[in-house]
Amino acid sequence: MSSEWPLWEVFVRGQHGLSHRHVGSLHAADAEAAIRNARDVYTRRNEGVSIWVVEASAIAASSPEEKGPLYEPANDKVYRHPTFYDIPDDVGAM
Amino acid sequence: MSDPLFEFLCRMGDNALVLGHRVSEWCGVAPALEEDIALANTALDLVGQATLWLDLAAEVEGAGRDADALAFRRDVWDFRNLLLVEQPNGDFGQTMMRQFLFDAWHRAYLAALTDSSDTRIAAIAEKSLKEVTYHLDRSAETVIGLGDGTEESHRRMQTALDRLFPFVGEMFVTDEVDAAMITACIAPDPRSLRAGFDSYLAEVLAEAKLIQPSGDFSHKGGKSGARHSEHLGHMLTQMQWLQRAYPDATW
Repeated sequence: MSSEWPLWEVFVRGQHGLSHRHVGSLHAADAEAAIRNARDVYTRRNEGVSIWVVEASAIAASSPEEKGPLYEPANDKVYRHPTFYDIPDDVGAM
Repeated sequence: MSDPLFEFLCRMGDNALVLGHRVSEWCGVAPALEEDIALANTALDLVGQATLWLDLAAEVEGAGRDADALAFRRDVWDFRNLLLVEQPNGDFGQTMMRQFLFDAWHRAYLAALTDSSDTRIAAIAEKSLKEVTYHLDRSAETVIGLGDGTEESHRRMQTALDRLFPFVGEMFVTDEVDAAMITACIAPDPRSLRAGFDSYLAEVLAEAKLIQPSGDFSHKGGKSGARHSEHLGHMLTQMQWLQRAYPDATW
């Protein structure tokens, strides 16, 4: 067993109604300790109302080398953006 | 005896101040970044509580002093904190054991103070209780994690418990200041909190696989001010250094 605590990624929800955002990472022995550490490291200035932690090793990530095939095909498909509609002023900010 | 309400408020304020300063001594040197920040947060909570208690003490005293004057202009014999909180940090395990033993008492005592007949005291207790509930959650889980951890962490936590347990009894001593507070319905009888403390302690120590030392010998003299340990005077030379060297210094 490694003597190093595992790495956890921390997600904090700033206020009710918003989604959790990734704020950083930290080390902790287990999930409960990770939440306590996240509380102390990332919510000292009233940043959050909810904390999620997930072990960094449990996250599957896309590979930077694949960015061509993954993302570039969307570049010339402007019709996927809803920019061809006239939005009535009454709708307000979209 | 001076005004028992002033004495009582100094006891509350000095516990928070002295432990807050002790815990702040870890700032920058704790064993992990996460623990360093958590300890600094705890220290700041306690120093904040000390400010509230000592400001009220100064107001009750009515002698023109404020929280800063009480914190930085009194010498060791005027401090009214429990002997437990002035004990040196030792290793991280000893610091967390001291924190746990104090937090368990502190939470129960503050919870009772939220019903105080003095609304100013009830208000400070209510604010502090939220912070201290978190302190206890963290310190109890740390005691369990290290007690039931590796062979070395277990040994260190048992050593810390054996060393600090003789300071537990003072938290539950009732003297004439307490009697005056009980009569005025300002504060609870410390003795009434012992049974709840003992059963909670037994629960946490069992989970931490630690053995509670036998015997009920207890060091006393901190909260009465009769006899502090040699450690408090040394601590104050650090904490009060600026005011001693440069009285009334301003930015």
